[in-house]
Amino acid sequence: MNNSENNPSWLFEITPKNNFFSLNFKEIWQYRDLLFLFVKRDVITVYKQTVLGPLWYLIQPLFTSVTFTIIFNNVAGIKTGGIPPFLFNLAGITVWNYFTACLTGTSDTFKANASIFGKVYFPRIITPLSIVISNLIKFGIQFLIFIAFYIYYYIAGYDLVLNGYLVFFPVLIAIMGILGLGLGMLISSMVTKYRDFSHLIGFGIQLLMYLSAVMYPMQLLKQKLPKLGWLVEYNPLAYIIETSRYMLLNVGNVSVMGLIYTFIVTVILFFIGLLIFNKTEKSFIDTV
Amino acid sequence: MSKDIILKAENISKQYRLGQVGTGTLSHDINRWWHQIRGKENPYLKIGEINDRSTKGSSDYVWALQDINFEVERGEVLGIIGKNGAGKSTLLKILSKVTAPTTGSIKSRGRIASLLEVGTGFNGEMTGRENIFLNGAILGMTKKEITSKLAEIIEFSGCERYIDTPVKRYSSGMTVRLAFAVAAFLEPEILVIDEVLAVGDAEFQKKAIGKMQDISKGEGRTVLFVSHNMAAVKSLCTRGIVMEHGKVVFDGGIDQSIQRYLSTKNNNIGLIDRKDRLGTGNVKIIDVKIQDYEKIMTGSNMIIELFYKTVVENSRINEFGLSIWDYKENRIISLSSTFKDQLNDISESGVILCEIPNMPLVKGTYKLNCFVSSIFGLEDYIENVQEFDVEDSDIFGTGKTIDPEWGMIIVEHNWSKKDVTKN
Repeated sequence: MNNSENNPSWLFEITPKNNFFSLNFKEIWQYRDLLFLFVKRDVITVYKQTVLGPLWYLIQPLFTSVTFTIIFNNVAGIKTGGIPPFLFNLAGITVWNYFTACLTGTSDTFKANASIFGKVYFPRIITPLSIVISNLIKFGIQFLIFIAFYIYYYIAGYDLVLNGYLVFFPVLIAIMGILGLGLGMLISSMVTKYRDFSHLIGFGIQLLMYLSAVMYPMQLLKQKLPKLGWLVEYNPLAYIIETSRYMLLNVGNVSVMGLIYTFIVTVILFFIGLLIFNKTEKSFIDTV
Repeated sequence: MSKDIILKAENISKQYRLGQVGTGTLSHDINRWWHQIRGKENPYLKIGEINDRSTKGSSDYVWALQDINFEVERGEVLGIIGKNGAGKSTLLKILSKVTAPTTGSIKSRGRIASLLEVGTGFNGEMTGRENIFLNGAILGMTKKEITSKLAEIIEFSGCERYIDTPVKRYSSGMTVRLAFAVAAFLEPEILVIDEVLAVGDAEFQKKAIGKMQDISKGEGRTVLFVSHNMAAVKSLCTRGIVMEHGKVVFDGGIDQSIQRYLSTKNNNIGLIDRKDRLGTGNVKIIDVKIQDYEKIMTGSNMIIELFYKTVVENSRINEFGLSIWDYKENRIISLSSTFKDQLNDISESGVILCEIPNMPLVKGTYKLNCFVSSIFGLEDYIENVQEFDVEDSDIFGTGKTIDPEWGMIIVEHNWSKKDVTKN
């Protein structure tokens, strides 16, 4: 007699089928310590054996802002209202950096972790999640420098007004993180088989920045290039950048329709990314 | 008797596409997808060949695994053995959920944790202690579990002194010790281990095998173990499955499995067709025979015949040699015609006899390597030309048989009392 035949209580089954949308929250919760340790690893190892250490987090946005101010504001003459151009650029760059860090980090998930994924199983989604979270910490540090300059300009006598909608800023950042995660998961899945996408992402992000209203107000592009304005209008990122600048500096205008559109695009992209990611994680090791 | 099956593999198959990923892949992908949306079967699943690395096939698709079925009982230590490329590692990868099978399913009643090459996810920049936590978490432990075992892990690894030093400063041996220590304290119901013991020094290997025995025997954990080290397999496992070209060809007791594995290793082709030879090849050994092959016993007279021929004239052969190895790949005895200066004026082809009177090997399975040299150097060297079994015999005429555990070789010896009363 074989009692196992009578007792169908298998703990789990490994099958070739893919369960779409199988985001196993219970499993992710079991591995929460791993998520935490990955975040810790990412944060503490990035600047080990560097002299300036975490200061590198600050140097990059500051220099980019200075460059943008010189080129776009002083040379090209883009007007930023009553806001100091440097602060205007710093706000855009800080927020934009968070998105690109999430996107480039997660889009490399499978390729960069092939050796570890090839040997041991854990919910793969832990890796991109840890990237989004550790970049949030980096964003936090960069945001502090923005606050410092905000206070500096305020004391210097600029007319800076806090906007009441600032309380929704974390929501905006969360949407941005999820958008980066969704898009990153999508790309990382495709990179496993077709490396073409990893070439695409490098310059794709560059181009996207110019379409995302990082260094100019959205309104300005619509006025100056009415024929190309739609490119920015269909870009969900432009709304996020524009809205965050509105919240932080009280400039520009918020399009509610645009925000709803952004939200819907984010949700759709996230679920498509998740679906493809889940499908890929089962067999990517054979094609990577 | 009811069996407590903890793991069950049903018709596991795995197909791989050979060659490079290129534009052809895209067209196959599109074709596959087109079949899928019309609800048809994957067109590439029908084709595919047995996975034999040495012969060139006509299809781009091969079956790394084909219809694998087995069951594992709770507390069993299953050894999975087979030649390189037999599909062992692919099977373990499927078991540890690293990759999905193409068809079939695996059902499990316990958590599976794998130990496929140790040191997975070690980060060189982080200290040993930090890596214990990271590696433990990757293998599925919670922080709490690791903290409670931290002292034991550090002690077992023997890296106490370096525990707060970045792992990149460790020697490779230390990294392995630390990694194995973390894995050894995992507590899944099923542990999957692949070739861990290939590294580390002898002392640590012994410790590792001991630990794994504790895991399986003492704690009743189920272990699946893949290794080429037959000694480790034999001492750890209770049951074995032998794999060949992606199929299970034998499933049974560990001793029979090892025998089966060794006997299939090279015997399917005749010696004359073997290509894995070293040396210039001007002279070739074409056959090796052991007289009375079936009844070799400890203490008996063993005669080995070496058939050879010269391929290039004027070979000037000056030496024949043999070595006997056990299945743990230890060389036991080396024999050479030059040791005793007994072969002179060797003809260009013929048969050479080597006699071992009073064969000293204990019961077990052994294999022979042989070579021939000329004044120009090594002409021909072939490993594993012949395997043979040695049976027990009453060598001392006392009715006592010698346990192979006590040593590989039996020699004549005498015991007597020394008279201490006389000064």
